[in-house]
Amino acid sequence: MSERGINLANSEFDTIAAISTPAGEGGISIIRISGEQALPIAQVIFKGKSLASVASHTINYGHVIDPISRAEVDEVMASVMLAPKTYTKEDIVEINCHGGLVATNQILQLLLSNGARLAEPGEFTKRAFLNGRIDLSQAEAVMDLIRAKTDKSMKVALNQLDGNLSRLIKQLRQDILDVLAQVEVNIDYPEYDAVEEMTTKLLQEKAAELQQIIKQLLKSAKQGKVLREGLATAIIGRPNVGKSSLLNNLLHEDKAIVTDIAGTTRDVIEDYVNVNGVPLKLIDTAGIRETTDQIEAIGVERSRKAIATADLVLLLLNNNEALTDEDRGLIDDTKDVKRIVILNKTDLPTKLDHAELTDLVDAADIIETSIVNDDGMDQLANRISDLFFGEGIETNSNSVMVTNARHIGLLNQADAALSDVQQGIAAGLPVDLVQIDMTRSWELLGEITGDSYQDELLDQLFSQFCLGK
Amino acid sequence: MEQALPYTGKEYDVIVVGAGHAGSEAALAAARMGNKTLLMTINLDMVAFMPCNPSVGGPAKGIVVRELDALGGQMGRNIDKTYVQMRMLNTGKGPAVRALRAQADKHAYHAEMKHTIENEPNLTLRQGMVDDLIVEDGVCKGVITSTGAHYAAKSVVLTVGTAARGKIIIGELQYESGPNNSQAAMKLTKNLADLGFEIERFKTGTPPRVDGTTIDYSQTEEQPGDEAPNHFSFTTPDSQYLLLKDQLSCWLTYTNESTHKIIRENLDRAPMFSGTIEGVGPRYCPSIEDKIVRFADKPRHQLFLEPEGRKTEEWYVQGLSTSMPEEVQQKILHSIKGLENAELMRPGYAIEYDIVSPYQLKPTLETKLIKNLYTAGQTNGTSGYEEAAGQGMIAGINAGLRALDRGQFTLKRSDAYIGVMIDDLVTKGTTEPYRLLTSRAEYRLILRHDNADLRLTEMGHELGLIDETRFAAFENKQAAVKAELKRLDTIRIKPNDEIDAFLVARGEKPLKDSLLASEFLRRPQVNYADVLKFIAAPAEPLDRQVIEQIEITIKYAGYIKKAEARVERLKKMEAKKIPDRLDYDDIDSLATEARQKLKKIQPETIAQATRISGVNPADIAILSVYIQRGRIAKI
Repeated sequence: MSERGINLANSEFDTIAAISTPAGEGGISIIRISGEQALPIAQVIFKGKSLASVASHTINYGHVIDPISRAEVDEVMASVMLAPKTYTKEDIVEINCHGGLVATNQILQLLLSNGARLAEPGEFTKRAFLNGRIDLSQAEAVMDLIRAKTDKSMKVALNQLDGNLSRLIKQLRQDILDVLAQVEVNIDYPEYDAVEEMTTKLLQEKAAELQQIIKQLLKSAKQGKVLREGLATAIIGRPNVGKSSLLNNLLHEDKAIVTDIAGTTRDVIEDYVNVNGVPLKLIDTAGIRETTDQIEAIGVERSRKAIATADLVLLLLNNNEALTDEDRGLIDDTKDVKRIVILNKTDLPTKLDHAELTDLVDAADIIETSIVNDDGMDQLANRISDLFFGEGIETNSNSVMVTNARHIGLLNQADAALSDVQQGIAAGLPVDLVQIDMTRSWELLGEITGDSYQDELLDQLFSQFCLGK
Repeated sequence: MEQALPYTGKEYDVIVVGAGHAGSEAALAAARMGNKTLLMTINLDMVAFMPCNPSVGGPAKGIVVRELDALGGQMGRNIDKTYVQMRMLNTGKGPAVRALRAQADKHAYHAEMKHTIENEPNLTLRQGMVDDLIVEDGVCKGVITSTGAHYAAKSVVLTVGTAARGKIIIGELQYESGPNNSQAAMKLTKNLADLGFEIERFKTGTPPRVDGTTIDYSQTEEQPGDEAPNHFSFTTPDSQYLLLKDQLSCWLTYTNESTHKIIRENLDRAPMFSGTIEGVGPRYCPSIEDKIVRFADKPRHQLFLEPEGRKTEEWYVQGLSTSMPEEVQQKILHSIKGLENAELMRPGYAIEYDIVSPYQLKPTLETKLIKNLYTAGQTNGTSGYEEAAGQGMIAGINAGLRALDRGQFTLKRSDAYIGVMIDDLVTKGTTEPYRLLTSRAEYRLILRHDNADLRLTEMGHELGLIDETRFAAFENKQAAVKAELKRLDTIRIKPNDEIDAFLVARGEKPLKDSLLASEFLRRPQVNYADVLKFIAAPAEPLDRQVIEQIEITIKYAGYIKKAEARVERLKKMEAKKIPDRLDYDDIDSLATEARQKLKKIQPETIAQATRISGVNPADIAILSVYIQRGRIAKI
């Protein structure tokens, strides 16, 4: 592939640019430019060394200037990476600026007004894929990597990028192919005695075995979804039970990885927090901050809404007050969702009837805390990770976890196809009909690794990518 | 060598070179479409000759014969008149893979086909060898024979088979020869190479024939034909089916350790292993010496003794294809049970021949290089009479259409096995003699032998190859199927003791509620005749073919629906055409391998491009984007 080299940036692909770090008031922001014109375009706004003359894969100090007004925009480092040894296999310039929304956006705007086009979501990765740098499942893993909210989800994404999922899927496909081959020989050479007749019994066993593995993968997918998208978490309770304190405590604890969704549209700001490796996506944090000023009816209404959309509810009670009807109402409202009842303010005298509470709530779901004193927060964190990962989630280099929605969809279909195989056999259908569903499962698995081509596959896939990488 | 003086022969619309199974169908199709057609063959006594096994049909191949018949081809009708045994294979499996196979009387088969060709208006059959093509400005305008005749034509079909620079090999012996010691055509493929075609060398082989009067049949197992009637052609009535007593049986025997020992001891004399044979042979039909070497653990191999006809005592030893020296062949035969005293009548041989690498063809079987020139059959790298006939039909139709100045005709993979085969050949090429297998078809459940008429008769009719009488009969069948399906979908069956007793006896659950007759028929252990026990019979009794359609349509509806959904998905990609003469060098980001393959094969649709090995999804995406942009640019 190396012969495709520098000429790869071509008329087919114009030069694209985008901010490739999460938007916000972070330390450093990076604006990436990729394509044939990456260097010339960057040069227009860059005051410093001639980017065309520096060695590939070097970082160069300089300033971004507005080429018209000659005004200095920011002090920057410009990384120059020449094709083909770049992420997209095209020429790439990355401008590291001091960050801040205003300066970063201004630099991007300058690039766009000097010949670059704003990259579509996922377009850098799409180019990497189209230029043959990475395969389909790796491309998707990159998307997940960008979205990864905590270290653990990062590990899963990296693992997949290495091709572990691809390897497992390819193995499964090979297994299916072996079985199919035997069925085919029986059909095409009915009088040939050299091959054992592939009975429906053998097919049944194989289908069941494969389905077992796929089900295991799907199980991992559930955890994967949590790792990738964050666990929608509602903090509820009466006014003044400590919701804001809990929120601030959680956010404070993990300030380093609090972030927001990287993307073009940012209508909704959600807060993410990492609790023992579980990324929590806190729902309606604005509401929590406001509730102290709200009249109670509105507060309760908001709580109900939050419960409806939550994967996990953190229900706060005040140890220093007796249970109210409203508390009982919230306990009842959350009885069917995953919840942790936080008995807060244990630093104050106990006025709540513990016996009544344990009648209403499973004792294991009750955590006693004094959030202001930071007491009980470890137990809370442990309870959260226990709830979702049971024995704990291992992402050692051997385990394969499915985290991508498209993969999950395909695995579900393959699972269904394998069920059809077994049903067909149970209904006494001939082997060549049962084989149709077996072949289908083979094709579906192939779509995960991109080994079989489906027309809509790429469009659907790449529209899911977030901006930047 | 003395040369014949040139002279100008008659002008024709279509000339077909070679009168084997491909050439016969091509010439008949072109002529029946109204073209003045010339069919040239090296030897008139070898029209539609079977130089290898005396049988027609089997898995996938049998379906091709039915497809040919639906398009108006001759092979099905011809074998229905000349078979000596008929047998349905894979009866224990589903409807899609059942396969009809006939043992042929190879002499009668040849005579019947020759007679049909002779009596076809518009068609002239002539003995002669074509040495060169007349080509002007990349357009084929006729042929030149060794006798000096220059025949002009609007289009030409080459179906020259193993005669093309054929070389027979028997042990140390080698000589120029076409099949069965006929004259080889030593010039034509050289001419093609000079015109710029890539020519490859393939190899095939045939087993020895033995004298049936010297076979001890008591040492072998009888393989009789079927009692229940079946034919290949839609037009052949059941009343013409041969009674079992009038059919000839085949006989099964096996090789053994001593056979294998003889072969192993003489491997140094086997052209396959001594390096004499350069051509590529088929993996699926190996010679016996190849089997012994590759499957050394197997204690025995099956051999079927097949009659070559009614008026001959020659027997074909299926499974014993070999190019060992004649002396060794005799020893091998005598080591086999039942053949201890068998007299060898003709030795087996290997034959090497030239093929035109099929990537050089369009799906119409016209060559990309030279306009109005078509090739079919073994010339395109296939093996088998049915494969040849299927291509011959398509090449003949298209040569005929071209002569008539009409648009070309192709079959999709979802239309027919013939479509699968041609797409495979022109898209993937072949590295060995290509044989059709049911596993090559992704829409097997749709491409059944029982519905070949439903799939293709209308096309044959439109091409002018199916006459009105036959088409009316076809439409009647279709209507009868439709009417009865509708009837079964309206009649309800109510539970009663009689039905429950019947069901329990069949191992089925008794009825809980009333159900439609169609739902009743869907039960695995219930057939159409059973349904008629509980509902009124249709106004007129139905043909077995109509009943077969009804049973398959109802019983396999779920699977058929799934297969149809897949066909629909593919159709979308088939609709994405790739412009002619697309400059793949202009698409920089294609992988080098993909670019080379795409340039070589020049696929006509995105769907076809996806099937080229070495072209991966990324390349397809790049290609799609490029074409899409081109379209936008044009607007």
